[in-house]
Amino acid sequence: MLTPVVDRLLCMAEPHHDIEDYQSGLVSRWCVGCGDNAILTAMQRLCRDEQLDPARTVFVSGIGCSSRLPHYMGTYGFHGLHGRALPIAEGVKMSRPDLPVFVSTGDGDCLSIGAGHWMHAIRYNMDLTVLMHDNRIYGLTKKQASPTSPIGTKTNTTPKGSYLEAFDPLSAALGMTNVSFVAQAVDWIADVLYQIVSAAYRHKGFSFIRVVQRCPEFMPGAFDAYVQDPQKTVILQHPKGIALSPALAKVYKNVREHDPSDLAAARALAQEREAIPVGILYRNDDVPRYEELRGAGRLRTTDELRRGLDAELDRFTIWSDTGPVPQ
Amino acid sequence: MTEMLVREPRTTPARERTLIEEHIVEVLSDSGEGAQRCGQSFAAIAARSGRGIWTVEIIPAEIQPPARSVAGASGNRVRVAGHEITNGGDECDLVVAFNEQVLLGRVRAGELKAGCTILLESMWREDRDPQIQRAYAETYDRLVADGYRVIEAPFERECRKLVSDPHRGKNMFVLGVLCQIYGLDLGLAREQVAITFGKKDRKVIESNVRLLEAGWAWADENVDLRFEIPARPATETRVVINGNQAIALGILAAGIDICAMYPITPATSASHYLSEIFEKVGGIVHQAEDEIAAVTFAIGASYAGKCAVTITSGPGFSLKQEGIGLAVMAEIPLVVVDVQRGGPSTGLPTKAEQGDLLPAMFGAHGDAPKVVIAPSGIEDCFYTMITARKIAETFNTVVVVLSDASLATAQQPFRRPAFSEDWVAPPVDQSPVPEGALPYGWDETTGLFRRSIPGQPGGMHTVTGITHDRRSRIGYDPETHEDGLRHRSLKLAALQRTLRCPDVFGDAEGDLLVIGWGSTKGAIEEAVAALRAEGRRVSSLHLRFIQPMPSGIGEIMARFRKVVTVEASWSDRVEDALIDRENRRYSALAMLLRSKYLVDVDCWTETFGRPLKPGIVRAALAGFLKEVK
Ligand SMILES: Cc1ncc(C[n+]2csc(CCOP(=O)(O)OP(=O)(O)O)c2C)c(N)n1
Ligand code: SF4
Ligand SMILES: [Mg+2]
Repeated sequence: MLTPVVDRLLCMAEPHHDIEDYQSGLVSRWCVGCGDNAILTAMQRLCRDEQLDPARTVFVSGIGCSSRLPHYMGTYGFHGLHGRALPIAEGVKMSRPDLPVFVSTGDGDCLSIGAGHWMHAIRYNMDLTVLMHDNRIYGLTKKQASPTSPIGTKTNTTPKGSYLEAFDPLSAALGMTNVSFVAQAVDWIADVLYQIVSAAYRHKGFSFIRVVQRCPEFMPGAFDAYVQDPQKTVILQHPKGIALSPALAKVYKNVREHDPSDLAAARALAQEREAIPVGILYRNDDVPRYEELRGAGRLRTTDELRRGLDAELDRFTIWSDTGPVPQ
Repeated sequence: MTEMLVREPRTTPARERTLIEEHIVEVLSDSGEGAQRCGQSFAAIAARSGRGIWTVEIIPAEIQPPARSVAGASGNRVRVAGHEITNGGDECDLVVAFNEQVLLGRVRAGELKAGCTILLESMWREDRDPQIQRAYAETYDRLVADGYRVIEAPFERECRKLVSDPHRGKNMFVLGVLCQIYGLDLGLAREQVAITFGKKDRKVIESNVRLLEAGWAWADENVDLRFEIPARPATETRVVINGNQAIALGILAAGIDICAMYPITPATSASHYLSEIFEKVGGIVHQAEDEIAAVTFAIGASYAGKCAVTITSGPGFSLKQEGIGLAVMAEIPLVVVDVQRGGPSTGLPTKAEQGDLLPAMFGAHGDAPKVVIAPSGIEDCFYTMITARKIAETFNTVVVVLSDASLATAQQPFRRPAFSEDWVAPPVDQSPVPEGALPYGWDETTGLFRRSIPGQPGGMHTVTGITHDRRSRIGYDPETHEDGLRHRSLKLAALQRTLRCPDVFGDAEGDLLVIGWGSTKGAIEEAVAALRAEGRRVSSLHLRFIQPMPSGIGEIMARFRKVVTVEASWSDRVEDALIDRENRRYSALAMLLRSKYLVDVDCWTETFGRPLKPGIVRAALAGFLKEVK
C-alpha cells in the first residue's frame, strides 16, 4: 500500500489522461453497426472526463460479444466466465475498494446464466457500475433466444418464434431488496448514454444500467422502430437525473419529468410497453454498501496477525513446558 | 450439598488400578443431552494431564433426530493413551450410554470391543411407557447375553439429588464417573468444567462442578473399574484443536484475508471458526449466494490483491470446477479447500471418504494443471494452509487442499505453532511494472512469471480465460495455444523439482509397501507398526503432494515385492463375479501410480463413511502379505 507521502508525490506527478490512454490499441472485433461500439466509446469518454488512472481502474466482464469490452480498454480488465462477471467484480471490489470497478455483461450473461448472482449483487449494493448490454439475443453463440427476446423472436433454437414473454429486468431490479440505482439507456443516443453512465459511476452503490444495444448481425431491424420514431422513446428528465441537450430536445419530444427517488413511479415506468423509458428510473444514495459494512480494505499488520493467532492458540493450549495450562 | 460431597472425595489408591496403555471410550446420548461436551471435556482433561488423545465426533445426520433413536446417536469417541496417538483406533473398551437405543447403532456398526464394559442409564427400566421398559429390558438382556459387561447406572436419579433438570447436567456427572474410573485429577476436571462453561455465569459453573464431584463420588462407591493410563507430560507447549479449526488458523497464519464460501457439511465449521477469528483480527468471510459465486468472488479478490481462499465439500467442489479452470488458465492464485465427504452427489454429508482425488486433479475441463495437497493429520491441516498460499502465489495457480470429514472434527494435541513472519503474504505489490514486462512473461524453463496487479502502473492488461498470448491477448492459433499449455504445465514441473520424497515408514525394502494419502496416515502407520512388531516385512509411504508427485516413488516401490494403496474410497472388489484385472476400477491413487509407474499396484479400500481403523487395515495387509508369500 502507498504511504500518504508517496500518495501526495504521485498526485503532484499525476499526468493528464487523453482518450488514447483508455484505448488498449486493439481494434474492436464487433460487427459494423454493433451497439457495443457506442458503449465502449461512452466508457472511454467517462474515464477521460473523470481522469481515472488507467492503472487503478478495472473493467470486469463475463462471456459474450459484449464481454469483450475490457480488452479494448487501456485499463486493467478481467474477462471472466459466462454469467460470473458480477461475483468476480464483487471479489475485486472487496479486496480493493480503492479502485473503481465497471462491469459489462450481456442479457444472457446477466439475466440467464448469471441471474442468481445479479439478484444478490443488487442486494449487496457494492459500488460497481454495471452495464447490461441488452441486444435481446445471444450474439456470440450465434442467435439463440435470450431471456429478453421479444415473444415470437425467430432464432436458431426457436425457429418458429420464441414461446415466452420477454423477461423484464427493470421491474425485477426495482423489486429487489437494496436496489439503489436503475437506469435504461439506448446505444444510439450517445449523449444520454454518456449522462447515464456518468451518473451511474458517480453513484456510490450498485448502479445497474440496461443499455438497449443493437445487434445488426442477429437482430437486424429489431430496434429500427425506436431509432426511427423518437416518439417511441420517453426521455426521463429531472434535476436529479438527466437533461436533454437543446439539439436532442428538438428530436425527442416525448419527455417526462421523473423524480428518480420515486420508487413507485419508477416501477410504473418499467411496466410501460408503448415507448421505452430512457433515463434514470431510480436512485437512492442512502443504501448501505456491503464493502463498507464489511470493512473492506482494512489492512492488518503482521503484528496484529501475530497477536490474533496467539490469542486463538492461547484458547487451545493445554500444556506448556511448565505443566498443564489452566485458562 | 450432602456431607459426602463437602469433604474432598477420596481417590482409590493407585495400586488398585489396572495399568493399561490405552483405552477407547465412547459417550453416547440423544442429541442435545451433552454427550459431546462430556467426551470433549474428558479428552481435554486427559490431554492436559499428559495423555495422548484422539477424539472423533459421533454426529447424527439430522439436526433434531427423534429421542431414543438408533440413528440419533450423538457423542464422542475418545482414544486415550500413554503415548501419542494419530487416529481414532479400533473398537471401544468402555461405553457410557444415556439410553439403550443410541447404543444399538454403535453395536451394530461393530464399534464395540467384544465383552467391553457398558455403563447404561438405568432409568428406562422403570419408565412409565411399557414399550420403553420392554425395549430397554430386551436390549439389556441381549447385550448381557452377547457377553458385554453392562453396568446399570442411575445417572438421572443421582443427578436429581442435586439439580431439578438432570437432563442438562447428566453429562458432567458422567464426566466425574469417567475421571474416577481413569484416575484423572479432580482439580483439573474442575478447571475444565469452568473452561467448558466459561461463558456462563458462576452459578452454572458451580452447579456443574457439583455434578462432576457427585459423579466422581458415586463411581468411587459403586463402580469397580479402575484404570491407570500412564501420563507422559509433553516437554513443549501443546494445543488441542480439530482439523477444521486448524485449517481456519492456518488461513489466518498465512495472512489470507478473504474467504468466500457457501455452507456445506463437513466444511462449514472451518468457515464458522474463521468468521469468528476474522471478526476479531480483521479479514472477511463472505457467504456467497452459491459455490460458483464463492469461487469466482475469491478469484476476483485474488486477482486484485492477495491470494484468497474458498472452502467447500464434494457437491460444492463440483460446482467450483469451472472457476478453478479459469484461475488455472488466467494464472490467478487461489486456494480451494475441499473437506471431502461421502459421495457421489449428496452422498454421506457428515461422513468421511476420500473420493475427490481425481476430481481435484482432473475435474476442470481441458488441461488444467493445478497443485493438490492432502494434509495427513490435524497439525498438518494448519501448516498445509500456509504452504498452499505460498505455492498459489509463487506459481500463480490453484492449490487444492484435500482434507476430509475424519480430520474435520477429530482433535489431537500437537506442538503449539510459533508464528513466523515468513508465513504471511507480502503486501500487495503496487510498484510500477518494469518497461517491456509482459503480463505473461513466462520463464522458458519454469513457466513462472510476475503477475501485475491492478494499481501497478504500466501493467494494464485484461486477463481472460480464453486462450491468450504473453500480452494476454486473445489468440486462437495453435502456437499461442500450445505456448500457454506448455508454460502452465511447466510450472508443476518446477514445483515438483523442489519436492522431497517422503520417508518410508519402516524398512526401505520388504514384502509389502503400503501407500496412502491424506487423513489415513495415522491408521496406516499404526497397522504397519503392529505388523512389523510381529516381524512382517511391511513398510508404508504417505503422500501429501499428489499433484505434482515427488520423484523417487518408483524406486521405493521397486524395492518391495508388492505395492498396495490403502484408501477410503471405492474400488471394485476382486471377488465380484464380473470383476477381473482388466475391468476392475481401482481407487484413485492406485490408478495414478499404475499409470505413472507401470507397476501392478493393488488397492485396498473401505467406504464405511468412518475413519479407517488400524485393526482392519492391519488385517487387510496381513491378507496381502499372505499373497506375497
Ligand atoms: C458455461 C457456459 N455455457 C455456455 C457458454 C456459451 N456462451 C457464450 S456467450 C453465450 C451467450 C451470450 O449471450 P449474451 O450474454 O446475451 O451476450 P452477447 O453475445 O449477446 O453480447 C453463451 C451461451 C459458455 N461460454 N459458458
Ligand atoms: S453479433 Fe451482434 S452483438 Fe455480437 S458483435 Fe455482432 S452485432 Fe454486436
Ligand atoms: Mg445478448
